[in-house]
Amino acid sequence: MVKVNGVQLNIDGKTIAEYIKTIQYDIRRIAVERNGNIVPKSEYDNVVLKEGDSLEVVGFVGGG
Amino acid sequence: MVITEEMAERYSRHFVLKEIGVSGQKKLLQAKVLVIGAGGLGSAALMYLAAAGTGVVGIADFDKVSLSNLQRQVIHGSGDVGVDKTLSAEKFISRLNPDVRVILHNAKMTVDNIQSVISGYDFILDCTDSFESKFLINDACVLSKKPYSHAGIVCFEGQIMTYVPGKGPCLRCLLGGVPPRDGSITCSSAGVLGAAAGVMGSLQAIEAVKYILGIGDLLVGRILRFDALKMQFSEFDFPKSDSGCAVCGANPKIRSLADNRAEYEGTGCM
Ligand SMILES: [Zn+2]
Repeated sequence: MVKVNGVQLNIDGKTIAEYIKTIQYDIRRIAVERNGNIVPKSEYDNVVLKEGDSLEVVGFVGGG
Repeated sequence: MVITEEMAERYSRHFVLKEIGVSGQKKLLQAKVLVIGAGGLGSAALMYLAAAGTGVVGIADFDKVSLSNLQRQVIHGSGDVGVDKTLSAEKFISRLNPDVRVILHNAKMTVDNIQSVISGYDFILDCTDSFESKFLINDACVLSKKPYSHAGIVCFEGQIMTYVPGKGPCLRCLLGGVPPRDGSITCSSAGVLGAAAGVMGSLQAIEAVKYILGIGDLLVGRILRFDALKMQFSEFDFPKSDSGCAVCGANPKIRSLADNRAEYEGTGCM
């Protein structure tokens, strides 16, 4: 299980990019942190989520 | 700094707060805060900064007031349509609080002028309406070592965070760069609930006041999101900056704004 924004999800084995595709977030406008470290966008395809990982995923809007 | 009788009455609700008091009010009266963008976020931020007795309030905007602004940009009035937003906002502030000195920057912030503008201020508020402008402000503040409050609002949702040099991530740590434009959302079609913009702008003013006074916990290393429909605030912890960040990282690619001019020069509003 992987904790995403405090909720346990069964997404072990997926890459960050694969997980993001399953939710409504726009991948270009989010920030992702894994186990306390920001994941650069270039790593979304490479980082495979593991049992016990903790993710923070937050969307940004640009209006004012 | 002398507190006049009139000031004592005007700020009496600050004086009774142990976190502010007379000494905190004196700090506010000597503080210089710049608000970039006198729109939905900026209206609320400017009004509360002025009411709080911020000594110098800078207003940077290059736009004129239009009728469709007034649904959310509450510092402007119906009689101000067609007037420069800076002038219209100044008029409101001078009526609200004569203790505030307003400085107008009636120009678009660009690679060429932003660092000289922000150099005169203690704290900056990004109240602009595009990612291009938000990244320009972010990078300028990082390079000039200035603290600032980032916020964004669209529809019923917004986010806010505060950058303090050396203390936590910057916007570029989090997003990498200006997101590509989304053809489905345009300036004219993206709505926003006025009061939701006001919530976010008020939060930005709170961050500025707290930074000036050195009180409480700033939104450094954490992002606060507001969803007005669900009426929920959510907090996301991002305590560490990205060592690979192109502007604040260990080996930054962006060493001057001019190096990165093209990224800031998009034309849309999202
Ligand atoms: Zn950074």
